[in-house]
Amino acid sequence: MPISEWFHRKEKYTRVTPPSEKKEIPEGTCIKCDACGGVIFQGELERNYRVCPKCDFHFRISSWDRINLLTDENSFSELDSNLTSEDPLNFVAAKSYPENLSQAKEKTGLREAVITGEGRLDDHKIALAVMDFGFIGGSMGSVVGEKVTRLVERATKEKTSLIIVCSSGGARMQEGMLSLMQMAKTSATLAKLHEAGVPYISVLTHPTTGGVTASFATLADVILAEKNALIGFAGPRVIEQTIKQKLPKGFQTSEFLLEHGMVDMVVHRKDLKATISKLLDFFVG
Amino acid sequence: MNMARYVMDFERPLVKLESRLGELKKLRAAGQPDIAEEIEYLEKQIKKLHQKIYSSLTPWQKVQVARHPDRPRTSDYVGLIFTDFVEFHGDRLFKDDPAILGGPAFLDHRRVMIVGHQKGKDTKENVARNFGMPHPEGYRKALRLMKLADKFDMPIICFIDTPGAYPGIGAEERGQAVAIAGNLLEMGQFSVPIVAVNIGEGGSGGALALGVADRVFMLANAYYSVISPEGCASILWRDDSKASEAAEALCLTADKLLDFEIIDGIIEEPLGGAHHDPDFTSQGIKKVLIDSLGELGAYPSDKLVEERYRRLRKIGCFREPTP
Repeated sequence: MPISEWFHRKEKYTRVTPPSEKKEIPEGTCIKCDACGGVIFQGELERNYRVCPKCDFHFRISSWDRINLLTDENSFSELDSNLTSEDPLNFVAAKSYPENLSQAKEKTGLREAVITGEGRLDDHKIALAVMDFGFIGGSMGSVVGEKVTRLVERATKEKTSLIIVCSSGGARMQEGMLSLMQMAKTSATLAKLHEAGVPYISVLTHPTTGGVTASFATLADVILAEKNALIGFAGPRVIEQTIKQKLPKGFQTSEFLLEHGMVDMVVHRKDLKATISKLLDFFVG
Repeated sequence: MNMARYVMDFERPLVKLESRLGELKKLRAAGQPDIAEEIEYLEKQIKKLHQKIYSSLTPWQKVQVARHPDRPRTSDYVGLIFTDFVEFHGDRLFKDDPAILGGPAFLDHRRVMIVGHQKGKDTKENVARNFGMPHPEGYRKALRLMKLADKFDMPIICFIDTPGAYPGIGAEERGQAVAIAGNLLEMGQFSVPIVAVNIGEGGSGGALALGVADRVFMLANAYYSVISPEGCASILWRDDSKASEAAEALCLTADKLLDFEIIDGIIEEPLGGAHHDPDFTSQGIKKVLIDSLGELGAYPSDKLVEERYRRLRKIGCFREPTP
């Protein structure tokens, strides 16, 4: 590699900013990429798995789009969809927790920040959990912890390969310590899955931070990360405030984690299903 | 009383009375007559106020007591409760993290492995120990020692006292999320009893990384929280001066967490906080450790692991209407 490229290489780390919520935009409408500022046709973006064709920035996708992307047609059946959050702390901040919840439900059409279920991926039977950042920042409270735990228990019992697509700001503050303990609960149940020899592949998507990263997200046999995702434990703002300096470019991106040995590979969204399928061929046959 | 001591906001009225008492006592020593009555009155008032302030601390005031610079550290309790402690160092991967203290010791005649967050006694030691905020190598040292304990059939005693994991560049580069997650997974599997005592600050994931146990106790003024009150205030109120409200909302005190069955018991502290009488506090801790290990020692190891899992498995609060 010529010396000039050493300097050039740094350029691939771009600061990623979470895309703002987009309303339904008709085909033909132009939108601006949050990362490169390029103008993209909505239809073109959808056909490209909501990845910017110019800079490969991966826009967030809804959990159901993700499920459709990963599972064989009509193979997915949801589990535990009736679980909903209580307000054990009677938590009131600027907004009350029940208000947060009802707004999140309205905005996303979901009941909680994770959908779990069973389906097929290239004919492999899988247990699948998909988190949705749109629902209170994909935060893990009792329901997320319980649904993930039940899915892991089911996968362990039935020896079904487990896939979890993560996207979360961490533990849900509004449920206090009950949320923090979900980290221990989900981790403990994964120990049983590993003991039973069941494969677990985790997919880290933009953004995955906090208590989810420090529990089930990183306890997989193989960890994949979508391109350019923000992944870490502490959020970049908190780190900057603590160390009182600017963070280096590309810090806590998927590529940074790959370089530091924290993920196995960085995968483009269009290759995700094929990559998982191949891994399952190795582990399950 | 030493007037150069660290004063928490809510103690100010008390300190004012105490300094007035000090002045009067000086006058009496200098030979001023007729103030004995006033001194006696003031002493009574101080005692009353002391009782009043400390018997009804708000959650935010408890957080301040838990963070008091004179509060006994893990090393203090190690000295007061155990004998023959030998400190072990290093994670065998990167370095030794002084924010975690650990090694074998005797609890009466029982061999145990101690692992705890270690804060400093003064600024210099606090800087060296990173204020009790571990880096990934700290969690990995803790795990290494716990694995030793598992191998040699020694019960594990964890002391929790950390503001939280350290938000820094190196910590992220070396995978602190992976290190914490690893502890959570492994601690669920050890076949020896694990007892955790939160002696001060239970800050989020950094605390939980030593907190998966068969029995979890808290000192009466300790706190245990998913996020610091300041962090919560800045996110949910966009104003860190709302920390007091956040501390209230987060239900982070020992009594609340006992109600939620996150912890198994509360260990009494002397009025004013553990630092007013470390001996008394350590006796309380020693008693629950001995009682818990006595009880857990009777379990066969597979039942111990199963019960530990069941303890975690039931944590959560949700609604599940029949579809």
